[in-house]
This record gives sequence, C-alpha cells and structure tokens, in this order.
Amino acid sequence: MNHLLGTRELSREQAVELLDIAEDMAAVQEREVKKLPTLRGKTVVNLFFEDSTRTRISFEAAAKRLSADVINFSAKGSSVSKGESLKDTAQTLQAMGADGVVIRHPASGAPLTLATSGWIDAGVVNAGDGTHEHPTQALLDAFTMRRRLHGAASRGRGLDGARVLIVGDVLHSRVARSNAWLLPALGAEVELVAPPTLLPVDTRRWPVTTSYDLDEALGRRPDVVMMLRIQAERMHGAFFPNSREYARTWGLDDARFDALPDTTMVMHPGPMNRGLEIAARAADSPQSTVREQVANGVSVRMAALYLLLSGERGAAA
Amino acid sequence: MSERHLIVGAQLPNGERLDLLLEGGRIAELGTGLDARGAERVDAEGLVVLPGLVDLHTHLREPGYEQSETVLTGTRAAAAGGFTAVFAMANTSPVADTAGVVEQELSLGRAAGYATVQPIGAVTVGLAGERLAELGAMAQSRARVRVFSDDGFCVHDPLLMRRALEYVKAFGGVIAQHAQEPRLTEGAQMNEGALSGELGLAGWPAVAEESIIARDVLLAEHVGSRLHVCHVSTAGSVEVIRWAKARGIDVTAEVTPHHLLLTEDRVASYDPRFKVNPPLRRAEDVEALRAALADGTIDIVATDHAPHPVEAKEGEWDASANGMVGLESALSVVHRTMVEPGRLDWADVARVLSQAPARIGRLAGQGGAIELDAPAELVLYDPSATGEFGLERLAGRSTNSPYLGETLPGSVRWTFHQGYATVRDGEVREAAEVAGLAAAAGSADG
Amino acid sequence: MARAVLTQADIQRALTRISHEILESNRGGSDLVILGIPTRGVILARRIAETIARIEPDAAPVPVGSIDVTMYRDDLSRTRTRTPQPTEVPAGGIDGRTVVLVDDVLYSGRTIRAAFDALSDLGRARAVRLAVLVDRGHREFPIRADFVGKNLPSSHDERINVRLVETDGDEGVAIETADGEGEAR
Repeated sequence: MNHLLGTRELSREQAVELLDIAEDMAAVQEREVKKLPTLRGKTVVNLFFEDSTRTRISFEAAAKRLSADVINFSAKGSSVSKGESLKDTAQTLQAMGADGVVIRHPASGAPLTLATSGWIDAGVVNAGDGTHEHPTQALLDAFTMRRRLHGAASRGRGLDGARVLIVGDVLHSRVARSNAWLLPALGAEVELVAPPTLLPVDTRRWPVTTSYDLDEALGRRPDVVMMLRIQAERMHGAFFPNSREYARTWGLDDARFDALPDTTMVMHPGPMNRGLEIAARAADSPQSTVREQVANGVSVRMAALYLLLSGERGAAA
Repeated sequence: MSERHLIVGAQLPNGERLDLLLEGGRIAELGTGLDARGAERVDAEGLVVLPGLVDLHTHLREPGYEQSETVLTGTRAAAAGGFTAVFAMANTSPVADTAGVVEQELSLGRAAGYATVQPIGAVTVGLAGERLAELGAMAQSRARVRVFSDDGFCVHDPLLMRRALEYVKAFGGVIAQHAQEPRLTEGAQMNEGALSGELGLAGWPAVAEESIIARDVLLAEHVGSRLHVCHVSTAGSVEVIRWAKARGIDVTAEVTPHHLLLTEDRVASYDPRFKVNPPLRRAEDVEALRAALADGTIDIVATDHAPHPVEAKEGEWDASANGMVGLESALSVVHRTMVEPGRLDWADVARVLSQAPARIGRLAGQGGAIELDAPAELVLYDPSATGEFGLERLAGRSTNSPYLGETLPGSVRWTFHQGYATVRDGEVREAAEVAGLAAAAGSADG
Repeated sequence: MARAVLTQADIQRALTRISHEILESNRGGSDLVILGIPTRGVILARRIAETIARIEPDAAPVPVGSIDVTMYRDDLSRTRTRTPQPTEVPAGGIDGRTVVLVDDVLYSGRTIRAAFDALSDLGRARAVRLAVLVDRGHREFPIRADFVGKNLPSSHDERINVRLVETDGDEGVAIETADGEGEAR
C-alpha cells in the first residue's frame, strides 16, 4: 500500500489485513512497553489544514508508538493561511524528508492531489478531506464492530451479516461515505437514514439502502446504530426547520434508545452534540462504543502507518 | 506590404474543389486552373477550406489579467485554431462596461492583427447585477457593441434581465445570458448527481441552468427581444430551448466543444483541468447536446476559451479556477464529436463555427460565404491529420487545456485574416510580422 | 532442483532429541516457556512442548506461545511490506523464566536478533535459549543455537524448504537450488 486515500479502493482482503494488523497493535497497547521500534528513523508529518485535535493526537500517538518522528504542521497561523499553495507546502515537506504525510483538508480530493502530483515521494494518509472520505475513521469503526461481534476470534473475519444503520447528515459526512464503502466490502448491510435534504441526490450506485424514517429503521433491529454529528452551520442552510424538530425526528433520544435490545451497539464518530443527535443516556450506556472507538483509533492508525511506511516505497504490497 | 496567395485545389464546404486567389484582402478569383501571377502558391490538396471561424465566447483577460492571456496571445491562439474573429467577454479588470474599455480592446485587437476582436459589453455595472451598464454608449462607440453579457455571472434579477432585453432592442443588441441560478449553486463544484455525492463535491444541479433559461425565454417572448444562451450544458436546457424555438421565441444558443466531448467522469481524478463552469455533465447530456447541435436547436459552437495561469489549475479542486482554453482545439473537437459520426458536414461546420456566430453577434465582414469578392477570412484544415494534442498545439499564454495527451483529429494548416496568413503551413506567424501586415491592411482600407 | 535432506520421521526424531536436551539443560521442565517464531517455529514449539509432556507426564505442562518479530526487523524498508503474525505470550509471562525460542531455519541470525528486542519488550527472562530445526550457516550476527535438529551447510543461492503437515499438508526438509522464485533463506 503506497497511500491510504479512501476506503472505496480497498478490497475485502486489504481491509481485513489492516484490521488484523490493528489487532496486533492493540495487543501491544495492552502491555507495559507500548512502543515498537518499527518506524525508527521515519518522519511522519501531520499536515492539518483544518482543526481537529482529536484526529491529530490519535495519529500522533500512533506514529510515536511506532517510534517515528512526528512533525505537526498546522495550517492555522502558518504561511498556509497566508495563501501558500498546497504545492509549496508539499515541496517544503519533501525538502524536510517526510516519509509519511497525514493530511486533513477542507477540500475533497486534496489528499489525492497531494499523492499523485509528483510533488512528494511520501506515503499519504487521508485524515479527512472535505465531504469526501475519512478512511481511518471507518476502519476504526469496523474494527470496533468486529471486536464487539467476534471478540478474540476477530482475526481474519469481516462483518458478514452485520446490519448497520447510519443516521444523520450523510450529505456532508466523510465518515458516512467511508463507512458506506468499507462496511459492505466487509460483508455488512448498511442502511442510511436521514432527512431527504441531508442525503446526496442520487445514491443508487452506493452499496447501501436509504430511508427517511428512523423509527421504522430501528424497528428492523440493526446490530449497530451509528449517529452522525450535526454541524451547527446546517441549522442555517434550510436543511431542516430547527434543532428541536431534528432531534425529535432523527435523534437517538431516550425512548428510541430504551426500545433497542441491549445488544445493539451505539456508535458516534465524535464529537457528540448531546441532546441533538444523541441523548446522554445512549452516549453513556454500556452499548456505546464511543470510548473504545478512541482507543481503537490509535491501533488502526498504527496499522495504516505500518502498511504505508514499512516496505520499499513503490513496491507492490 | 500586402500578401497574395493562390490556394490550389481546396475542398469547399459544399464539396466542390476550386482554386482561390487572395488579393487585396479579398477573394479576387475563384475557379479552376487559376494563374498564380506572382502570388504565393498554397497547395491545398486534401485540405478543407472554411470561412474563418468566429468565436462568440472568448475570454482574452486583457485588461487586468495579463498573466493569463492578453489580446495578442489570445488572438494568436485564435489564429492557431482557425479563428479570424473572437468576441471578447466583458469580465476584464476594469470590466468592459464603458465605451472606453471596449474601444481599448478593439484597438488592441487591430494592432495585434491575428483576428478581429469584437468586444462584448457588460450588462450591468461591474458585472454586479445591480444596475445597467451604459449599453447605448458601448453600442454607439467605435466598438459597435451588439452582444452584452455578464458572463461568469448570471443576470439573475428578473426585472433587470427584462429591462436589459428590452433596452438593447433599440440598437439590435442581444443579451448573452450565463444561465446559473446563484442560490442553487452556492459553493457548487461539479455537476450534481450520483458522482458528486460520491466525490463529496458540492453539486451544480442542472435545474439551476434550466430554470433560468426557462425564465429568460419567457421574458424574451414577453418583451419581443432577442436572447442568446451561453454554453448550454444539460439535456433539460435543450428541451427548453427546443420548446421556445417551436413557439417562435427569438432565442439562440451555443454549446462549447468541451461539453460536446467530455463528461463529468473526468472529475473523479480531481484534476482541476476539468473544472469548468457550467460543469462537465453526464453522458446523456453530451448526447442531447450533440443531437441539438445537429438538428439546429443549438445554433453554434463557442469555445468559452478561459485561460488561467498554472498556479490556478494545479492545487486542490475547490480552490482551483473554473475554465479551459479552447480556441486551439475547437475545430478538432467538433470534427471528432460531430463530423466523424456524420452528424454535421463541413457546410454545417461553417455554419455553426462561422456564419451563425457572426450573424448572432451582428459582425460584418466575417462568417460570409466563400465567393468572389468576399473578404479573405479563411481557414485551411487538414481533416486527415491525427495525433496527440500536445503543448505545441497551444499558442496562447495559458496551458489549461483538458485535451493535453488526448488524440484528436485534424490540423489547422493555414489561417487567412484580412488577406494575409496568420498561420502558415501549421505555424503561427511571428507577432511583429503579423502586426506589420495588419497595419498595412488597415491603411489600405483607409 | 530439490534434494530431500530430512523426512517426516527425521524431523520427529530431531524434535524428540531437542526436547530431551532442553529438559536436560534446564534440569527439568519447571520455569520453562517455549515461544515459537511464526509461522513454522510456532508449530515446532508446540510439538516440542507436547514431546516434553510425553517425556515427563507427571510434570505441569510447559507453557507455549508465539513471538512475532516483524515489527522489530531491521530490513523493513528493504523488502515488500510483511504481514505481522500474532504474538501470544502464555499467562504468567516471561519474567524470571527460561525462554526457549524456536524457529525452523537459522541463517543470518537477524530474525533472532529481532526476537531478542521483541522479547525484552515483553519482560525480563532469566535466560534465553534457542532451538532450531535446521542450521544452515552464514551467520551475520554473533548468534548460535543451543539446540539444533540438523546442521545443513548450504550455499547462499540455495533455499532450505521446510514443510510441515500443519501448514503445508506434507512434511520434510529439502535443499533447492535457486530458480529465481521465492525468498532465499
């Protein structure tokens, strides 16, 4: 693997391999010495054109636990915000000898542009681009589901037969997109539930089903309910009348949560708007995987960095 | 210094093979076995002769954006593509919304000498869509402006659009509308559809174009005015225009070469060379546009030649500029998409790329028939040539062509403007040489 | 060209002998941990543990596990990306115990060097021993095996092919002259 730009181009075999390696990384996280020497001498740059402390520190922890040197390059307050182009930034990183670049960018496709431009030789990991993809988030979601479903027997397995409901602002969600490609590739059935204004106009080519009625969808007894964050700016774009109506119609409130079997996983990529898309009771319940998702994020990102940065650059993996 | 050329054995649009003697800026003789009488002999065996091409939609960028293009470099690109006249869009800096700016452009075009530059005037002051520019002053200026457009922006205020349509009737003008409902396209990045959802790019829905065209044809009908629709890009727009024409509404429409050839699938690379406004659409739209051009629903092909410097076209998609250069490749793309499949013949090409645009733009001396005593505005095209479209085919200042690396048919061998060659045997002539010829031709006109 | 050098019976005899030698040098099976290096070292480690259990049926079974060294290799940038295998340390860990590392072929010694690093991240063993089925020479580190099934002097361009029933369906050790395929080891 030379880059990790999205989940769409991942085969089931590649995804399972990455998740299996993440299991090895997770095992390392449970022992006293949590660090591996694997990427000693490699330099990983966290190139963040958008603020995301959570994602950045997760990648930083992953790189450091593999003994890579980490440089954090934040666009805020740097020359980037003064109009320096992606190209100039990339060439700076190249001159610094970056082996891997973890990029978060508000423009969809920017990681692909960086990876294919010829400006840098480094392996590129997409840490979220615009409203396009966020592959490591989907991988950690899949990892979390697989562990809850199969426990110690997870290795080598997909998510065959698991039924996953993804609820909320699919239109603007890179997490939803990455999951919509990855989870079906691993054998899961995915249903997207959202107000019609927050679904893309045409999802017929997506390997998922869509619907508008959350209660009906929950009545189909999914194994996993994943709630997406509603961004504050959507309140002003006429996507729905107001947050009260949204919460009442598409939020995982107490009544809906209480009606779920206690085996149903409740997921959220964070940060949560408690009381809007998810009620506190659901978020803090044992069914909630929110804290596991954070811990698993480090393991999955270690696996991704390992696959990208070990091995000869350009060699078929 | 004037040039005389004897074109031997060229195939006319009607299929006839004739010799043409160009002298004194006109077609002095037309026939077979003509005597060169000291004129330079141009062997046109296997070449098609067309009236010089006329582009109703060119961005020359001067004044204000000379790093992208100038009148000189843009008309050089035009000559390379076989064009002898271009209509220069008004979105310069300062905007072409006064007589002064349009006259300056006219002068720059005459001095460069590669092609006639006919300025387009802005509809509203500063393209701001708030109040009418001095349409009458521009019409009465030396530039004799007849086409008015806020291209790049839509005249979306319905009352302002109505007034503009009405007002230009006084001098036979036409409003060329960039049909884009602004609220429906806020932040838009590509055609809205299945692919935009997958790529996570904000959608530019077809309805944003179609709804404006529908409104405008009804306005044009109501006030009895002439409307021209720029760069039609959707099957729905074609339906609206077909309906309007059947109803007798005085509407004309253009399609760009890139909307005849390329589909939105190119956007999946996030390569900003494919970023354009209106965006590349679906294969169904491309097919509808070709059919509409073939049946006359769409009147003309116009390039929307939109040069941008490298730095505006090599970053992330959202931050990159809209637009493609198109003058140098237009004839080859029309050849590929319309002539090769048999949907247009060369006479039709002469109509859609020369005669009709000149007529819509009320431009005298261009787009006429190839006949005795007609102005020597001609292009000789080799339809049998084929090859990779490379940087050497571009003659303007910018290289943002979507066709680089593609194989396209045909090659412009000679372009004649005011009787002298601007392109000689496939080579664009030096600027100083052309300027000298233009000055001589101008004083001969005297 | 392949030349068989050990049969299934030879392999079993060698493992039996190694098992006896381990017990002898450790003065019994107490405080032993046997860790195989994936893939085939893990199978050999299990067989050795089973053999020890047969030799000393009354003693507590010797804990057996696996130790993957992929993340500790010094050649990660030089070859294609390797897929790591699980590390499974028996409950009780390795602190204060004698660890016997088991691998199928001892060659340059780089795998064993990586195993030392991996081991030290798992805890502090009282002593570390090394058992291998085949020692083919060509060491690049000052490492030697304590227990060897068979010494097979070989040239660099030959390949030692170890096949075990559990992973390969049949069993035996052969020397193959390089035909350009596979990784020399």
